[in-house]
Amino acid sequence: MAIKVIDEKCIGCSKCQKSCPFDAITIENKIAVIGDACTNCGTCIDVCPTDAILQEGTEKIVRDLSMYKGVWVFAEQREGKIMPVVFELLGEGKKLANEIGTELCAILCGSNVGGLTDELFAYGADKVYLADAPELEKYTTDGYSKVINEAIGIYKPEIVLYGATHIGRDLAPCLAVKVNTGLTADCTKLEIDPDDKKIRQTRPAFGGNLMATIVCPGSRPQMSTVRPGVMDKAAYDPSKKGEVVKLDAVFEEGDIRTKVLEIVKTTADIISISDADFIVAGGMGLGKPEGLELLKQLADKLGGTVAASRACVDAGWADHNIQVGQTGTTVKPQIYFACGISGAIQHIAGMQDSDLIIAINKNENAPIFEVADYGIVGDLYKVIPAIIDELDKLGK
Amino acid sequence: MRILVCAKQVPDTNEVKIDPKTGTMIREGVPSILNPDDANALEAALVIKDENPGTEVIVMTMGPPQAAEMLRECLAMGADEAYLLSDRAFGGADTWATSATLAAGIKKVKKVDLVLAGRQAIDGDTAQVGSQIAQRLKMPVVTYVEDIKIEDKKAIVHRQMEDGYEVIEVQLPCLLTCVKELNEPRYMSVGGIMDAYEQPITTWNHEDIGLSPEACGLNASPTQVFRSFSPPAKGVGEMITGTNVSEIAGNLVSKLKEKHII
Repeated sequence: MAIKVIDEKCIGCSKCQKSCPFDAITIENKIAVIGDACTNCGTCIDVCPTDAILQEGTEKIVRDLSMYKGVWVFAEQREGKIMPVVFELLGEGKKLANEIGTELCAILCGSNVGGLTDELFAYGADKVYLADAPELEKYTTDGYSKVINEAIGIYKPEIVLYGATHIGRDLAPCLAVKVNTGLTADCTKLEIDPDDKKIRQTRPAFGGNLMATIVCPGSRPQMSTVRPGVMDKAAYDPSKKGEVVKLDAVFEEGDIRTKVLEIVKTTADIISISDADFIVAGGMGLGKPEGLELLKQLADKLGGTVAASRACVDAGWADHNIQVGQTGTTVKPQIYFACGISGAIQHIAGMQDSDLIIAINKNENAPIFEVADYGIVGDLYKVIPAIIDELDKLGK
Repeated sequence: MRILVCAKQVPDTNEVKIDPKTGTMIREGVPSILNPDDANALEAALVIKDENPGTEVIVMTMGPPQAAEMLRECLAMGADEAYLLSDRAFGGADTWATSATLAAGIKKVKKVDLVLAGRQAIDGDTAQVGSQIAQRLKMPVVTYVEDIKIEDKKAIVHRQMEDGYEVIEVQLPCLLTCVKELNEPRYMSVGGIMDAYEQPITTWNHEDIGLSPEACGLNASPTQVFRSFSPPAKGVGEMITGTNVSEIAGNLVSKLKEKHII
């Protein structure tokens, strides 16, 4: 497909130029010209007052897509423990599978991980494809992508979902090239088109300034990585059983070209911000890295944890693993305190689904107040100690 | 040793503003920059060059003609050669097609021992292109790299994880995608800026890298944008006020108590 301007109809009003999210349109001699940056999104078609812009179809070789069936979830495990995002993917995958009228499967890789299949059934998987081999004990791109590529080739799923973890985001792009299909990264919403039963994948782009809905019309499987913490977890039913399909996981010398020498944990004692119920987050308004200490006092009082904006992390005040936002972690705690955070759209993208947002900022016009449930205009170095005092009065 | 760095010119998404009336993004006046993670990749290559005289650092990008400005910046930082893959046929490429184009460009450059790329670009945040180039070049890949040591024909790298890191050994040639924690990118030097304008930038189109128009850009992209829209805004909240700070704090805490949150 391509966007085309009918020169005779174009009046050079430049509405399309202004509407283009990708800056791809220029007006030359009073006629709109579509440039290289065009992604075919169609925004300009909607705004054109004279219907001078069209989406043209280009002929493509249509593959037989009907043989692809089933929704698959990559059941990422680390050290024999299934990652929380997998249960969210199973929850979402079940909805998609029901709408299409197909089965929900999990694909599990590891060494001696057969015992995890019951848990996957309990969370809704009808079938588990199991690749169990000593070579799969630790995650490697080559090892995992080899067995999953082979499984996709044999069993032909229609949709494959991966958690957008450091492993999922490593594995899925390699598989997209190996199996020759499209991949949409970091999706925050998935839905099935009621007419053609294809998946529509919505994700933030431009640091959360724009949402894009992506389709993968001509190749299979349709693949997405999904942000952890966004989808609802599947219901747990320990009585539910399913079928285990064992995969051949045979490796030859040279198949796995990286070697994991050591796994080092650095943050074992910190509550992961994606699991925290209470988050006290700081931004550049802290003015100094020591400000995070004050936030920690409030967080400790609530039994929560401290997080930071990207600007704080970029300034070297905080570690990347507590960064909230589009390029950091998406969080949805019960309470999110935004302290000295102005509310850049990329930050808001990572915390707007929190149950309750409390913003403290000196600047009454800070955009963070637009998403806050409660706002306090004031100096956080005065307001936070006062809140701690009030909580003390309650005996917290 | 020949190191190729993949870079992208991106709009500085931190500078993007939203039109309060229409709720849409204002792109006017947003500066174009070298993608931050790519700057870390280039810095890593330059550090290897500093330590190993005779190392060549080659920068490659796919983009519109104005991306040459970014390549000059890379040359001014210390890169030796720059390639711009630019063609109307490359337009509208998704990550699958972008990686196909860049891989074809890298194949043409030949004899590359190490490919470095940023983990992801701030305009799309997909983190897919680096891995996909490696698949096409049949190179091993390590993503999220925050430390690199080159020893003979292999690299020992630290791969960042959510809760720590992995130490990984990989044979060269390989592709590594780099994160911010890897290093602090250097500034352009004054001499470097002067020299950068003297140096040629090689521009290649689809024929130069041996791809048909059907094999690149929108035509070769399995994914397509169905629609794009501005994220919905949330309803207006309540401002907590009071005559002094302890009254404000008291009012907030009683609100939270009313809601049984604390």
